[in-house]
Formats: sequence, structure tokens, C-alpha cells
Amino acid sequence: MSSTPFGDCPLPILDHKQILLGHGSGGTLTSQLIESVFLPAFGNPVLDRLDDQAVVELPGGRVAFTTDSFVVTPLFFPGGDIGHLAVNGTVNDLAMSGARPLYLSAGFILEEGLAIDDLRRIALSMRDAARAAGVQIVTGDTKVVGKGSGDQVFINTSGIGLVPPGVLVSADRAQPGDAVLLSGTVGDHGMAIMASRESLGLGGTIASDTAPLHELVACMLDACRDLHVLRDPTRGGVAATLHEIAGRSGVGIEIDEGAVPVRDDVRGACEILGFDPLYVANEGKLVAFVPAAGADVVLAALRAHPLGRDAVRLGRVTDEHPRHVVLRTAVGGSRILERPYGELLPRIC
Amino acid sequence: MKFLDEYRDARLARGLVEELRRTVTRPWVVMEVCGGQTHSIVRHGLDRLIPSHVELVHGPGCPVCVTSLETIDKAHAIASRDDVIFCSFGDMLRVPGSRGDLLTLKGRGADVRVVYAPFDCLRIARDNPARQVVFFGIGFETTAPANALVVQRAKLEGVTNFSMLVSHVLVPPAISAILESPENRVQAFLGPGHVCAVMGYTEYEPIAARYRVPIVVTGFEPVDLLQGILMAVRQLEAGRHEAENQYGRVLSREGNAPAQELIHAVFEVCDRKWRGVGTIPASGYRLRKEYRDHDAELRFEVAEIATSESPVCISGPILRGAKRPTDCPAFGTECTPQRPLGATMVSAEGACAAYYASGRHLVLPA
Repeated sequence: MSSTPFGDCPLPILDHKQILLGHGSGGTLTSQLIESVFLPAFGNPVLDRLDDQAVVELPGGRVAFTTDSFVVTPLFFPGGDIGHLAVNGTVNDLAMSGARPLYLSAGFILEEGLAIDDLRRIALSMRDAARAAGVQIVTGDTKVVGKGSGDQVFINTSGIGLVPPGVLVSADRAQPGDAVLLSGTVGDHGMAIMASRESLGLGGTIASDTAPLHELVACMLDACRDLHVLRDPTRGGVAATLHEIAGRSGVGIEIDEGAVPVRDDVRGACEILGFDPLYVANEGKLVAFVPAAGADVVLAALRAHPLGRDAVRLGRVTDEHPRHVVLRTAVGGSRILERPYGELLPRIC
Repeated sequence: MKFLDEYRDARLARGLVEELRRTVTRPWVVMEVCGGQTHSIVRHGLDRLIPSHVELVHGPGCPVCVTSLETIDKAHAIASRDDVIFCSFGDMLRVPGSRGDLLTLKGRGADVRVVYAPFDCLRIARDNPARQVVFFGIGFETTAPANALVVQRAKLEGVTNFSMLVSHVLVPPAISAILESPENRVQAFLGPGHVCAVMGYTEYEPIAARYRVPIVVTGFEPVDLLQGILMAVRQLEAGRHEAENQYGRVLSREGNAPAQELIHAVFEVCDRKWRGVGTIPASGYRLRKEYRDHDAELRFEVAEIATSESPVCISGPILRGAKRPTDCPAFGTECTPQRPLGATMVSAEGACAAYYASGRHLVLPA
């Protein structure tokens, strides 16, 4: 028997399993989300103040500052998830200046209906990745968009780091004579994502290489302070990266196809789909342009680190054919490595 | 990687090039029929390794390139419908018809999906019973068995919301058309390895005899291609004209009999219009009467659409081996993979796109 004309007075439901528009309202649900998902994962003295901004101490020097947004389907894939990518991607963008990454922000755009357990899993991945990289997530933001207006979760991370004195790494510093080094196998991340999309039915032995590269960079800088260029070849792969550097520095680049390390499973998948591994994305590799005199020590430093054990000397910088990347093929031919011109599409046969 | 590295072995490749150098005594024009072969030749720079006496010209064997503008426009019209999920191999999506390409249509909200195996379409059809699922069934004989099997299975299992827009093309009539052309320069062919894995190469024997041209069915790796070229040049130098098999590790003279039976059970030969070439009699497959319920062209009543190609584009002569991509004034300037003017620039395996991807529009250093 009801005690009121309207039945038992219902309490608001607080224990939601899915993201609702209300989680972005700035009200109780928002606070609840922050307290139940984000603070347990990211909590640190700066973030815990929950001010509108993070106030951090920085010793004097040059500051590297970057931002990147992450959209990936599926959210979880062999070797990582969108959370790992969001931390490592920004850490790596900082590291490619030679900087030691320090602080990150994290902005989330959530689609209504996202399972809160998935969000928690992503936040915990970000925590683990941030710990592994030695950075703190000190400020953040959450917005919710209606069902169909997003794709589950979009994450933006910005980061700051400190560049050690005397280090000047930039894409316009490649010089004729420089050695081009590559820290390991190419195409792992892109093919892991491709293979985990069920429509291609490739199975899942390939894992993403997502990893923070700043320690590897620190080891390289210890070996040779005068690194000219560092880049992590993400979208567009090694081909796009080399192209960009050739253009920015106004030099020619020659690489040896036979030197490019590719895992057998990645190569097999690329062969089936008609992709060139040089155009496939990486999330834990770097390309380095090093003065010829320092190439051997830097290569040795790379190989001494677990993330660089498959490192190779990929090629060299030349003053011939400026702005072009020429690939010497394994059978003795040559071709110009063109810039990729869009999304990779599997070919028919 | 086993079965791959052996066929990209630099020492073997050099040996074949040396042998070719010793064999050739005068100029010859050899056409590789398949787009996959063109892609591999340019990607590995093989045409620059072989003696200059041997000129390689690129054939019509890129199914994406030769799919007619009308067919692409039909695909566009079908994919534009709200009730349709349109499935296609990936590289078909970027091919522009006269109303634009499927990728742009997808961007405007059409449900266009990339599939790798045509069988995925049956799953999609079962998962979406209220919608029409259409597969863009293109390709040479290579893709015909899998496409035939899907249609057969759809009929057998009563997947009534599945249909196929069929635009299959056949290699032997295209080779004959090239040889009949008054402008023909081709003296020998590298036959299509994967097509012949299905069909065998008995169909090529009468062509070799009738037109007195060597046809060497060849694979796709550098060592395969160099060996195929060597076998063709040996025939030319000796005045022989036979159908030979370089790709013995994959195919036999008779081909894959169950696959051929499947093709003939589901498809019948028809005339087909080739983009850049025109209509070639008896050069395509269409669905047999028993399978017409699954024919997207009939189901959606897409009217014949009149179209026209760019007046600048020379993809017709390129597909017939009469011209090369670098002969075209628009190549790499007005016409690029981002804004293709014609057939051969649209797929990675089109001769123009293969040249472009390997930087042939730029001046290569010595």
C-alpha cells in the first residue's frame, strides 16, 4: 500500500552504468563522475584541489608545450587502448623536442550511453601510462554530447615539459651527411587497429607498439647532445615523417628498403591488404637524424634500451634531390617515396 | 618471411637481369597485363633494372580502373538510398564517377562500408534485416569465385535483402582487343598470375597461336616478374609464341576446376563496357537468370546514365599499352590521385597511380 498518492517517493538514481547528458551538466552527476572515475585514477595534490586551473612550479629554462586529440575505433585494441594513446602520444610529442615531460591536461568528450565501466578502464590506463612516463595529469575537463554526436570517447591531452639546456632538436635541422636512424619495427600500431576491426577478420596476433619514448630520447641525448631531428612517425607512417623533414630542412633523404624492420605478422597483414608498412602508423617508434660522427654511439644507445633494441640505420641525408625521399629497393631498383594522400584503403586483389 | 623473401632476393634478381642482358639482341615491347604486376614493377623499380632494349608497357588489368563510369554512377545512386548499406572493396571508394566518389558520399551520411571478404556482406544482411545490403561485385576472374559463392549462398539461405552490383571483367577478350587494335605495339605478354590460378591458361594458348605472341603467365614478386620477362624475351628471340607458365608454384594449366564450376553456375558471359577502352564483346560476367533476384541493377532499377570522360585524359591508350602515364601532359599536374581525371589514376594498381606513388612525376636523381 502506497504511503502517498504517487507511490513511494523515488530517490534520484545515482548509480548509473552509462553516461547520461547530465554527467556533463556541471551538477551532482558531474561531481560524482569526477569523484568516482577521474580522481581515483589521476589524483595528485595539484588535481585534487579541483580548481579551474592547475598551478605548478617549473624550474627556469625552455618549456615545450603541445596538444593532441585522440579518436580511435575500437577503443580497446591489442597492446593498448585510447587511454594509453592519449598519454603516450602527448608524452612523445614533448619528447621529440628532447624535453622531459612533466604535466598533462586531459579533456574528455563523452557520448551519451558510454558504459561508465569503459570510461573507468580508460582512466586507469591513463593512470598507468602516466605513472610509467613519470608525468602527472593535473587538470581536466569533461563534456557530454548526445547519442550519435560523438563516437564513445574523444580525449584531448595537452602537455608541458622542460627542454634540457643545449638541446636543439627540430625538423628543419637535418643536414647533408646526417645518418637517419629508426628505433624499431614499423607498422605495428596501424595494423593492430586494422586487424582488430572485425570486418577485416584478420585475427589478433598484432599488438600496438604504444609506448612513452622520452627515456629513450634521454639515453640518446646522453650519447650525443647534438641530435638534429627527432620525430615519432604516427599517422602516415615513416614515409610521411621523412617527407615532412625533407621539406622542412630542404634536403634529400635516401633510405634502404632492406633496412626497414617489419615484424612478420605485420608484414603478412600488409601484404594481404596491399599496404606498404612505411605508410602505416606507429605509436612507440622514433626517427632520428644524427650527425654522421655520432651515428654509431646513438645507435648503440638506442639498442641498449628495451624500446630501441631493433633500431637500425635506415639511410642518410644528401644534398641531392632536395625535398625528396628516395628509396633504394631491396632488389636494387629505386623509387621516390611519395607522400601518402589519404586514408589507407585495402585493395581488391 | 617465407614465400616472400625468396622472391625479393637481390642476388637472384641480379642474376636474372644479367641473364636477360645476355639474351636480348634487339628491342622488344612486353606488356604486363595485371595492375598488381605494374604496381610491383614500379614499386621495386624493375623497369629501371632491366636492359633498355626491353620496354615494359602497362596493361588493362586493374579492375578498379576499368570499371565503367556508368557502373560507378549506378553504385553511387544505389548507395545514396536511405534503405541501403553499400559494401565495397576499399580501393573502389575513391574512384570518381560523374557524380563524385563513394567516400564523399559516405562523408555525407550514406552507409558505405569497406569489406575485405564479400562474405561479410551476408553477415551484415542478416544483422540488418530491415535494410538492403548491396555488394559492389567487381574484379577479374580472380574475385569471381568468392562473389559467385556469396550469391549462391544468399539464394540458398534465403538472404533476400542481399544483392550484388556485378561488373566483372575477363582478361582474354581484353588481350585479343589489344592485339586487334591497329595501334598495337605489344609483342609479348606477361599473363595474369592470379586470374590464371582460377582459370588456368588454356584460354591463352589459342591467342598465343593466332596472334603469334608469347604469353608467359607470371607472378607478382620481383623475381617472378624478372623471370617472366626473361621467359618472354627468350621466346621472342627464338621466334616462338607459346603460352608458358612462370607461376608454377601457384597455378596449373587447367586451373581451379571447382572455382570455375562455381563461376559458371552463377555467372554467364556478357558484353562489357571498359572504362577508357569501350565495349568489348563477351568480356564480362553477369548473374544468370536463376540469380537475378540478387541483381542490384534490377532490384533498384538504376537507369542507364550517360557520362563523359575528361577530354585531356589518355587512359584509354594507356590501358591498351599504346601510351605511358608520362606521355600525358596532365600527369602529376592537373591529374593526381587526389583529383584523378581518369581511370588509370584512381586505383593504386592503375598505371598512372603506380607511377605517381613512386614519384615518376618528379625528376628522379641519377
